[in-house]
Amino acid sequence: MEILKSVFNYLVFPGLLFSVFAGLMAGWIDRKVSARLQWRVGPPWHQNFTDIIKLSGKETIFPQGGKFTFLLSPFLGFLSASLVAAILGWSILNPDKSFSSDLIVVLYLLLVPAVAIILGASASRNPLASVGASREMKMVLAYELPFILAVIAMIIKSSGAIQLGKVINHQLFFGSNVFSFSGFLAFVSIIFCMQAKLGLVPFDASEAEQEIMGGALIEYSGLGLALFKLTKAVMLYTMPLFVIILFIGRDLSPLFVILKFVGILVIIILIKNTNPRLRIDQAMRFFWRVPTVLSVIAVVLAIFGK
Amino acid sequence: MSHKVIVPIGPYHPLQEEPEFFQLYVEGEKVVDIDIIIGYNHRGIEKLSESKHFDQVAFLVERICGICSSSHPYAYVLAVENILGGESLVVPERALYIRTITNELERIHSHLLWLGLAGHFIGYNTVWMWAWKYREPILDMFEMITGNRNNYAMFKVGGVRRDIKDEDIPILKKTLDELVPAVDMFKGAVMDDPVIQARLKDVGVLTKQQVIDWCVVGPTARASGLNIDVRRDDPYGAYDKVDWNVIIEKEGDIFAKTVVRILELYECVGIIRQCLDKMPKGPIDADIKDIPAGEGIGRVEAPRGECFHYIRSDGTNRPIRHKIRAPSFMNVASDKVSAVGGTISDATLTLAAVDPCYCCTERVTVINKPDNKKILNGWDLIKLSQEKTNKIKENLLK
Repeated sequence: MEILKSVFNYLVFPGLLFSVFAGLMAGWIDRKVSARLQWRVGPPWHQNFTDIIKLSGKETIFPQGGKFTFLLSPFLGFLSASLVAAILGWSILNPDKSFSSDLIVVLYLLLVPAVAIILGASASRNPLASVGASREMKMVLAYELPFILAVIAMIIKSSGAIQLGKVINHQLFFGSNVFSFSGFLAFVSIIFCMQAKLGLVPFDASEAEQEIMGGALIEYSGLGLALFKLTKAVMLYTMPLFVIILFIGRDLSPLFVILKFVGILVIIILIKNTNPRLRIDQAMRFFWRVPTVLSVIAVVLAIFGK
Repeated sequence: MSHKVIVPIGPYHPLQEEPEFFQLYVEGEKVVDIDIIIGYNHRGIEKLSESKHFDQVAFLVERICGICSSSHPYAYVLAVENILGGESLVVPERALYIRTITNELERIHSHLLWLGLAGHFIGYNTVWMWAWKYREPILDMFEMITGNRNNYAMFKVGGVRRDIKDEDIPILKKTLDELVPAVDMFKGAVMDDPVIQARLKDVGVLTKQQVIDWCVVGPTARASGLNIDVRRDDPYGAYDKVDWNVIIEKEGDIFAKTVVRILELYECVGIIRQCLDKMPKGPIDADIKDIPAGEGIGRVEAPRGECFHYIRSDGTNRPIRHKIRAPSFMNVASDKVSAVGGTISDATLTLAAVDPCYCCTERVTVINKPDNKKILNGWDLIKLSQEKTNKIKENLLK
C-alpha cells in the first residue's frame, strides 16, 4: 500500500502529471502576460497543452551517431525535474515526513536538466548546438555557485537542517526567511539564479533564437523536443516552488502557495520582458559580481544569526 | 582553441526575414572571418524593366522592396526626369512637396521597423512589439494619402498620382503629434538602459576611414561621423525648401547607429510638418507624353542610404537599360570588417545593424569562389538554369 502511494505521489500528485499541468499553466500565464505587455492578445489557456500534444505526434529525426544519448537526455531532464516537483510538493503537504538531506537531492536534481541539455546538444553534433552547449556550460558555472550559497544561507538560518521539512517548520515559528537581512539578500540572489536556471531573458544566451537558432535544441524534433519543452514547463513550476519553500514558507496553505507562486511568476515575467539578452561573458561577469557577492554576504550574515 | 568551426547564418535563419548566407568562421565564440554570400533573392528586375513602358516601370521598381517602396520609384522617376531636364524644371511644385512627404513617411516607418527588429535581435521583444505598434498609424496615414499601406503607387514621371486632400492634413498632423511622445519614450528606453548600452556600445565598430573605404552610405555611414546625405548634397523634392539637420554620430558602433536612426525620426516629423504648411496649391502632374533619347540618373536618400537608378532611353516608350544600385549593396559588404573580431552574439547584431535589405540589393549574381576563381556572368547563369531545368525534366520523365 505504501509503495502504491509513493508511486501515486511521484506519477500523479504532486509529482509528474500535476507538475506538468501546473507548469504548462504557468507557461500560459507567462505567454499571456507577456503578450498583454506587448500589446498583443496572447494564446488561449490550452495553447501549451495543444502544442505539446501536437509536437509529441510529430516525427523524430535523429542526427547521425549518438542516437542513444540523443534520445536519453530529454528523458533524463524531464524525469529529474518532475522528481523534484514530487519531493517539493510532498514536503509542502507533509513537512514532518520529509526525508533526511532531501535538500541536497533537490539541488542535484535541479542541475540535471541543464546537464541533459548539454548532453543532448553534444550528441547532436551540430556546430550551433555545440555553441549552445558551451554557453549552457558557462551559465551553469556562473549561476550554480550563488544558487547553492543562497540555499546554504537558508540552511544555516534553520539551524543547520539540510531538510526541506525543517526549513518549513523553522519558518512556521520564526517567520518567513525573506524578512531577515540574510534571507532578503539570498532571495534577491536566487531570483537571478532562477531566471538563469529557467533559461529566460536576459540569461537565455544558450538558446538565443536570433543568434544560434535555438542552440542546444536545434536538432531536436518531435517527442525529444516536446520533452525538453515539458522539462522547461516543469522547471517553471518547480523553481518558484523551491524559492517559496526556502524563503516565503511561513504559510503554505494551498491558497497562499498559489498566490505566492503567481507573485514570483510575475517577477520572472517582468524581468523577462524588460531586458534584452546579455552576452554570455556579460552574464558570467554579472553572476560572479552581483549574485555571488550577495549570497556570500547572506551566508556570513546567516552565521551571525541576522 | 585554434579549431575553426563554421557557424552558418542563413540561407534561412530567424535573424533576418530574407534569404542570405553569412558563414562565420569561429574559434570558440570569437568570429575570426566571415564570408558574405548573397544572391538568393535575384529576380531579374532590371531585365524585366526593359520590357515595360516608362509608366509601368514605376510600379515594377516599387515592388523591389516592400519597405523602400517610395525610394525606388522616386529614384526611377528622378532618372527619367533627368533625361527631360531635371525634376525641378519638369514637376509642378505641389508634387515636389507631396513626393517629399511620402518619402519621409517611408523613412519613419522604416526606422521604426528597424528599431523593433533590433529589439528583437537582442532578445528584447517588448521593444519589438511596441515599435511596431507605433509604426501602425504611419501605415494608416499611407493608406489615407496613397490608398495603399505598402507599394504606394504614388510616383509617376512628371508628378504624383494622388493629391493630398485638405481635410487629410489635420489628421496627418495629429498622427505626427502622437508619434513624437512615442519616439521620446524609445529614445529614453534605449539611451538610458544600462543593459542595452552594455550590448550595443563598442560593438561592430566601423571607423570613419573604414566607412569611406567600403563606400558605406546612409545612417550606417552617418553613425561613423561621415557627413553624407543625398537629401542635402544633391537636393531633390522639397528638401532644399525646408529646415532640417543631418544627424551625425562619431562612435560608429551599433549604439550610435541606433541613436542616429531615432534622432532622424524627429527630423522626418519636422520635414513633414513644414511641407504640409508650405505646400502650395496647384497641379500635381506635368502630363509628360514622350521621353526623348538620352540617359539620366536619379539619387534618393532611402532609409538605408543612397539609392541610385540609371535609365537609358532611345526615344521609344521603353528604357533600353535600367541599372539599380540599392544602399544595402555597399552596407552589407562592410560587415566584413565590422563583424570580425567580436563574438557570435555581437556578429549577429552587427549584421542586422546596417538594416540590410537583400531584395533591394540583389540585381545581379556574381559568384566568386576563392578556390577556383570562377566568375559567372549572366549567360553562364542562364545556361546553368537551363541545364538544371533539363535535369529536373529528365527526372520527372523517369
